[in-house]
Amino acid sequence: MSGFTRHRKSGAAVTTFTAFEADLLRSLAGQLIELLRNEAATEQIASDSLEDLLDFTGPTREPEDPVLARLFPTAYPEDDEAAAEFRRYTEADLRNGKAAGAATIIDTLEEAGLPAEPEDGLFIDVELDPATALTWLRTFTDMRLAIATRLGVEEGDEDFWHSLPDDDPRAQVHDIYDWVGYLQETLVNAVGG
Amino acid sequence: MSAPSPVELDEPVTDDLTQLSTPWVTIVWNDPVNLMSYVTFVFQQYFGYARKKAEKLMLEVHHDGRSVVSTGSREEMERDVQAMHEYGLWATMQKADTP
Repeated sequence: MSGFTRHRKSGAAVTTFTAFEADLLRSLAGQLIELLRNEAATEQIASDSLEDLLDFTGPTREPEDPVLARLFPTAYPEDDEAAAEFRRYTEADLRNGKAAGAATIIDTLEEAGLPAEPEDGLFIDVELDPATALTWLRTFTDMRLAIATRLGVEEGDEDFWHSLPDDDPRAQVHDIYDWVGYLQETLVNAVGG
Repeated sequence: MSAPSPVELDEPVTDDLTQLSTPWVTIVWNDPVNLMSYVTFVFQQYFGYARKKAEKLMLEVHHDGRSVVSTGSREEMERDVQAMHEYGLWATMQKADTP
């Protein structure tokens, strides 16, 4: 396992993934895209007024899925009407942006030579220019928020996760969560954060 | 403070308007997921804050559970909140507390 470093000459963030790691990242990115498109960014129409029926602009209520609710927080906690308006005008764009970010990770990995069914012993060299690195950073966050919400990660609960037996699926998922965090930490450092 | 004079008629009006419109604030809340280094990076990257200021705000979020990261018009704060959500930070907005 190796994290990102900064290439001295080009300033790009570089790393080498094993085939397993690259495939895992691609899978996480794919799941994120599916999740973002899963619960439609629209909602059941509450009334049958002409205005409501013709309004396809966007959702007004917090998503039911807790992961989506965390990815798209309520902007006005004390003003339901303003919160709904904000959501109507931002959530679709945010969803598309996050899905595009995850797609960028998949594209980068495949352009770097990750085949559909990678074999052991293959290594994938990745080189990220500053703009792509920023996209990866954001998507790492989305992946970590998604995993953490599903697992129920809380502040300062590291001991609990490390106390789980190795064959507990939650321990394995938490290891992946830690690994994506490690990648993000090294990528922040590599881009000069 | 501007001393009113016939050639500066416009200025006091502008001042009044500025004072009447309550500023809004963007608040970033602590969460157990986001890395301290990443949150600092986002404050530098998006707001253009110097590293020292970005770190101070990040530590406020970490220790106090929340921090006011920007102040401005309602429209500006809606942009900032949306940007924070793009970065995966938990941000909300509200009217600034009256001084």
